[in-house]
Amino acid sequence: MEVDYSGDVMTLNMGPQHPSTHGVLRLELKTDGEIVADAIPHIGYLHRCFEKHVENVDYPAVVPYTDRMDYCAAMNMELGYVLAVEKLMGIQVNNRVRCIRIIMAELDRIASHLIAAGTYGNDIGSFTPFLWCFRDRETILDLFEETCGARLLYNYNWIGGLMYDLKPGFEKRLIEFIDYFEPQVDKLNTLLSDNYIFIKRTAAVGILSPETAISYGVTGPNLRGSGVKFDVRKDEPYLGYQDIDFEIPVGKGEYGPLGSCWDRYMVRIREVKESCKIIRQAVAQLTPGDVHESIPKRVKPPAGDIYMRTECPRGELGYYIVSDGSLKPYRLKVKSPCFTVMSAFREVSRGTMISDVVAILGSFDIVLGEIDR
Amino acid sequence: MTPQEIAALITERFGSRILESKPDAINPWSAVEPAAILEVSQFLRADDRLSMDHLELLGGVDYKDRIEVVYVLYSMKHRHRYTLKCRLPREAPVIHTVESVWAVANWHEREAYDMFGIVFDGHSDLRRILCPDDWEGYPLRKDYKAPKSYRDMPV
Amino acid sequence: MESIARLLQFIPRYDALPGIVRALLPVLVSCVVIFAALAIAVLFAVWLERKVSAHIQDRLGPMYVGGWHGWAQTLADALKLLLKEDIVPASADRLLYKMAPFIVFLGAFAAFVVVPFGASSFVSDLNIGVLYIVAVGSLSVIGIIMAGWASNNKYSLYGGMRAAAQIISYEIPSTIAIMTVIIPVGSLSMVDIVNAQKGGIQHWFLFRNPFIFLAFIVYFIASLAEVNRTPFDIPEAESELVAGYHTEYSGMRFAFFFLAEYANMFLVASVATTLFLGGWTQIIPASIVPQLVPGPILFFLKVLVIIFLQMWLRWSLPRLRVDQLMYLSWKVLLPISLVLVLSVGWLAVYW
Repeated sequence: MEVDYSGDVMTLNMGPQHPSTHGVLRLELKTDGEIVADAIPHIGYLHRCFEKHVENVDYPAVVPYTDRMDYCAAMNMELGYVLAVEKLMGIQVNNRVRCIRIIMAELDRIASHLIAAGTYGNDIGSFTPFLWCFRDRETILDLFEETCGARLLYNYNWIGGLMYDLKPGFEKRLIEFIDYFEPQVDKLNTLLSDNYIFIKRTAAVGILSPETAISYGVTGPNLRGSGVKFDVRKDEPYLGYQDIDFEIPVGKGEYGPLGSCWDRYMVRIREVKESCKIIRQAVAQLTPGDVHESIPKRVKPPAGDIYMRTECPRGELGYYIVSDGSLKPYRLKVKSPCFTVMSAFREVSRGTMISDVVAILGSFDIVLGEIDR
Repeated sequence: MTPQEIAALITERFGSRILESKPDAINPWSAVEPAAILEVSQFLRADDRLSMDHLELLGGVDYKDRIEVVYVLYSMKHRHRYTLKCRLPREAPVIHTVESVWAVANWHEREAYDMFGIVFDGHSDLRRILCPDDWEGYPLRKDYKAPKSYRDMPV
Repeated sequence: MESIARLLQFIPRYDALPGIVRALLPVLVSCVVIFAALAIAVLFAVWLERKVSAHIQDRLGPMYVGGWHGWAQTLADALKLLLKEDIVPASADRLLYKMAPFIVFLGAFAAFVVVPFGASSFVSDLNIGVLYIVAVGSLSVIGIIMAGWASNNKYSLYGGMRAAAQIISYEIPSTIAIMTVIIPVGSLSMVDIVNAQKGGIQHWFLFRNPFIFLAFIVYFIASLAEVNRTPFDIPEAESELVAGYHTEYSGMRFAFFFLAEYANMFLVASVATTLFLGGWTQIIPASIVPQLVPGPILFFLKVLVIIFLQMWLRWSLPRLRVDQLMYLSWKVLLPISLVLVLSVGWLAVYW
């Protein structure tokens, strides 16, 4: 891409170590005063060779590796992989496993969006929402910890089932949390989302048009913020989402042009409320059962390839698995939603100011673990 | 459109340049001659019945005798998916870029180049994306041997 | 300063000292007293900020250091900073780098000379008191630019430039808002301004005149920008510029910047209290209830209210972008303050 720089440009590195690049990301900014002529992202600082590692381990042993890709939403990472292998092998899980998986995935979505909202407020300069979001997230992590022993990286979704069943009283504590939490979202909106300064900082910035978004393969809240009503859970339902009643929040351009940072951020906040609805319905659909029922003794999928996608909090997560009939995956390629969103970053942030670059990056809600794998 | 219809449509349009089609597999796919990939991509995007405007995944796979580039395409309008595969020789995997059709291919192709050494003709910025710029070797190939040291640091 | 001069008479053989020493000694002692008072006040303010921010964020703040609610936390932090290694970046401009923190502090410190803490508790009653404060308060800009430039770091440079633009822009509405108070008083002397507000809360300039009430709001907003507090903390915007103009500073030099920021906060709060909230005068007029609480204590309490407001705003509001900041100063606050000055002047002539 050839860019025409007019005037003196200074190269400023928002380097790999920076308070607000959400991980180790290097942004090479070519600045002309406060205006950014070009913003080139450099990734690869967190590349841990996930795709090479999993070619050497068994299918069940891949699950902890998938956790570590997007560490903020590990349940969803595992879920995508496990569903792909189950589809390849033709395994059907029972209703209890299905409902618990939905509950965990949606709780993880809430936790991940709380991180996104809190750190976004931090980037914009409002320090309090960060603490409020993390305070509520602590209860979610406690619920995870009592179920599988880990707060952040779970290894909970196994091929054909789950690692542990829910502890007694989990449903009660969960519903108590959801009852407490829904009004907290309104408080957060009063503090941050409807704040005049926040709107001025974000509602006219980082406009991503729907055509650009689709061309760049942007999915998830980033795409829905541009007005495109598309969610894998409605489009190609998995885990029985077609039987659950929920809405897909879409950006409406209330305070500025459609597709601004504010729209993307607001889609996430509204999704949190929808997740609460989904969790209530999943708890109602929960039936007793054995979560280890369908776990196969040896995972040996037939030869072939499969592409399975799920809706993780950051977008559409795709797993492309090539199996040669042995115990280990032949090739496992991950389509990470943050990777595609970062490819659009350069175009969206051209011609904005340095403060806007930070705002746009925060609204994309990237996690470098997923981009670099 | 069902995968069978899509396979029939593109075979009808491109004839012998579609080498093989498996619309009944779990993941329906067609093998395309590498030289025709740009034309096929443009057709798949522009045609109203197909309108594959979303490139979901572009990746390389190293089979022992060849390297394959996989394109998973999806249509937002019609909600159907199809996969294309291009088989390239291992010694010189070269294929034309589809960056002009789907902008996201830019980064995906850089990653395929970085991991497999597939050279994309006409790419605007073909350099490594995940490994450092002066890394030697293509890590995801099956015969890859990690170097003993990189810039005097033991690997 | 007179009381200090009278106290010094008690030194044995004071009259035998040369004249120049007798002239300079009260000045030096006043400086030391003001510095000590300021240092203790800043220590308290930092602790208060941590507690206020903690409770706004639904947590507790310092609880252990020193026993009751961690009151000695700031002392511990200051001690830690003192013991740190003194690093000067290799390619920094050494002289400017070392001088910068002191000049920034000087801007705040020197202005306390004219602030009246009580009926006779002030260092000096300059007849150009307000003008002196505005002039000396601008010295800190020079220090900030020096810090930004001398660190030899692009982030610091950005921070320094932004700070200079911001402070200079906001001085104008701030000074014009001050002028609305000068007009009813007719004198620039701070002591005269406080004396004009004697007689109870209804005589405070804040409540005497609706235009001056609005001028107080303008002054408060402009003073937030002068002190680089959120929502105007662009120069030290953590998430964008790491730490802005004091990125490269560590240890005692960083402590000095910190001290300077809080001293500045106290200064603008003191000026706001003196001009708008009646300084050291009582709420209930002295004719009804005699002055039981000494003037300086009342003054400090009023300053605390303003500082609490500043902290509250810092922890609730996001940060403005540079151009929005400039827009606010030049296109919103400046016209409003001009209109207010004209209105107060009109009121003074025709009422």
